[in-house]
Amino acid sequence: MRLAIPLAITFVAGMIMILQFFVPATQSMGESLQEWYMIVASFAIFLGSVNLLYVHTHRIRFKGRNWKYSPVTIIGFAAMIITGLVFGIEQGKPFDYMFTQMMVPMGATMFSLLAFFVASAAFRAFRASNWRATLLLISAFVVMLGRVPIGAMIWGRIPLISEWIMQVPNLAGQRAVMIGAAMGMVATSLRMIFGIERSYLGGAD
Amino acid sequence: MRKMLFVLPLLVFAGVLFAQSGGVTSEENSGSFVQSLTAEDARNDAGGGIDLTWTVAADAALPDSMVLERSCDGEDWAPVCTLAPIDGRKTDGELENGLEYSYRIVPWSGGTAGEPSVLAAAVPIKQWINSGRVGMLIILTIISLVIFYYIEQGKRGKDLYIRRIAGLTAVEDAVGRATEMGRPVLYIPGIMDMDDIQTIASMVILGRVAMKTAEYGSPLLVPTCRSVVMSVAQEIVKESYLQVGRPDAYQRESINYITDDQFGYAAGVDGIMVRQKPAAIFMLGTFYAESLILAETGRSVGAIQIAGTAMPSQIPFFIAACDYTLIGEELFAASAYLSKEPKLLGSLRGQDAAKLFFMVVIVIGVLTATLGEAWAPAAKVAEFLKTITSVE
Repeated sequence: MRLAIPLAITFVAGMIMILQFFVPATQSMGESLQEWYMIVASFAIFLGSVNLLYVHTHRIRFKGRNWKYSPVTIIGFAAMIITGLVFGIEQGKPFDYMFTQMMVPMGATMFSLLAFFVASAAFRAFRASNWRATLLLISAFVVMLGRVPIGAMIWGRIPLISEWIMQVPNLAGQRAVMIGAAMGMVATSLRMIFGIERSYLGGAD
Repeated sequence: MRKMLFVLPLLVFAGVLFAQSGGVTSEENSGSFVQSLTAEDARNDAGGGIDLTWTVAADAALPDSMVLERSCDGEDWAPVCTLAPIDGRKTDGELENGLEYSYRIVPWSGGTAGEPSVLAAAVPIKQWINSGRVGMLIILTIISLVIFYYIEQGKRGKDLYIRRIAGLTAVEDAVGRATEMGRPVLYIPGIMDMDDIQTIASMVILGRVAMKTAEYGSPLLVPTCRSVVMSVAQEIVKESYLQVGRPDAYQRESINYITDDQFGYAAGVDGIMVRQKPAAIFMLGTFYAESLILAETGRSVGAIQIAGTAMPSQIPFFIAACDYTLIGEELFAASAYLSKEPKLLGSLRGQDAAKLFFMVVIVIGVLTATLGEAWAPAAKVAEFLKTITSVE
């Protein structure tokens, strides 16, 4: 029973989602399942919040490693919740101010780090250590040149070659990955729907 | 073979294609500004919809607007919406199935109603098969049959060759390295929720990795971006520790929720990497712009990194920054590959056979489309393949 019930739920839910894709008359069943998932996910947010508070209060209480960062997390968490509950989340309220003036810039700061990480990763990837890396280096160089005005100034066809690299070999490679991934998704789904893959239930037969 | 029986109802559905139709009415009225009005049951819907198409007189004076009206009995007309005085189409929705609805369009100029269009009527009906997805149904049936065939072969003990996947072979080495160095293993399951198939695949692999960490006695850290993923990961890791007989080593708080915010999560995980200096990092699941931020930080702390995703735009970043990368389908093959169970390996073989089949279809499609420029039968074959592989 410990295995049979979860397997039966997985089978029924999986089959409903397959059916609703092909049978319009059963779409409402699929939509209901997705609504149920949203309800479960909403409750899980509460679990996540409790976990966050537990982990950090535990770390402060037992003076765990780097515990001094934990009060910052708890204060930030409490500040957002209290201002949201007390003053509301409309535009101009403290919650909105903290979101737009603190959260958004901090997110943008993290995102901007990407430029530096791309540079360091590209430096390693583009070292011409073998013929494949050299090919990558040359094609990347052409694509980069084709995307800036100086490329067309050097030779008018560089933007065209750049576009060809992006639209033909690059797109073909991306599609190959997507087709392979789609096969993998189908196989994984079938394994789970039909109970062939059970490791997520503890792996017992 | 019993498991293949599920394809029969799918084939039956394909057989009853176009079984029901709500009918079409179309007439012309040369006296009205609106010259023709057509109503038909909306295709491939769950009922409650009627598609309307109309044309207007090209040489007549333009009215200010047109009002689409609907009636159930042909006497009481209720306005549905205002239309621009040009040719057009619209779907009227949220109707009751099985009832006949009549429509007309009334042109309005200077506050006066003009001569209405002819009437058009249709009955909204639930469709039992989506005709635009029959090709996909056939494709799914073929893939399923091939996969189930090879699962049966695997169950019967037939030796199935599966190519070596370096990233998966390195999983044990990575966990072993972490144990030797006395540092934790960090597992990042991507930033999407449990309704994403890549996250589901990642959770299955997490179970296998957790078994290894439990065997070797290495701490396992799983920071998550979604609360549901956290709950699922806690249960999976707990089950894995139980299965290898180390329930005492399971630490619930090491699988924790950080935040739903994409870059907030990236910052939190980067902090864990820098402070805890894990010896092995697994990044398996759905990643977006944070992929390189995580992978480069992991590299900077000297961890052995195994990444895997089916996001084509993130794969180059992982290849550049990680030691091993599972590309696309390899992510979904990981659980079967690590388990070495014959029936799971059979499904991998089936997956590869299905891929070969579609590679052949693609090659035939390219050849026939090319030849079709000069030879009509080839063009027909290409058109057929295009139709069957398209999804509405």
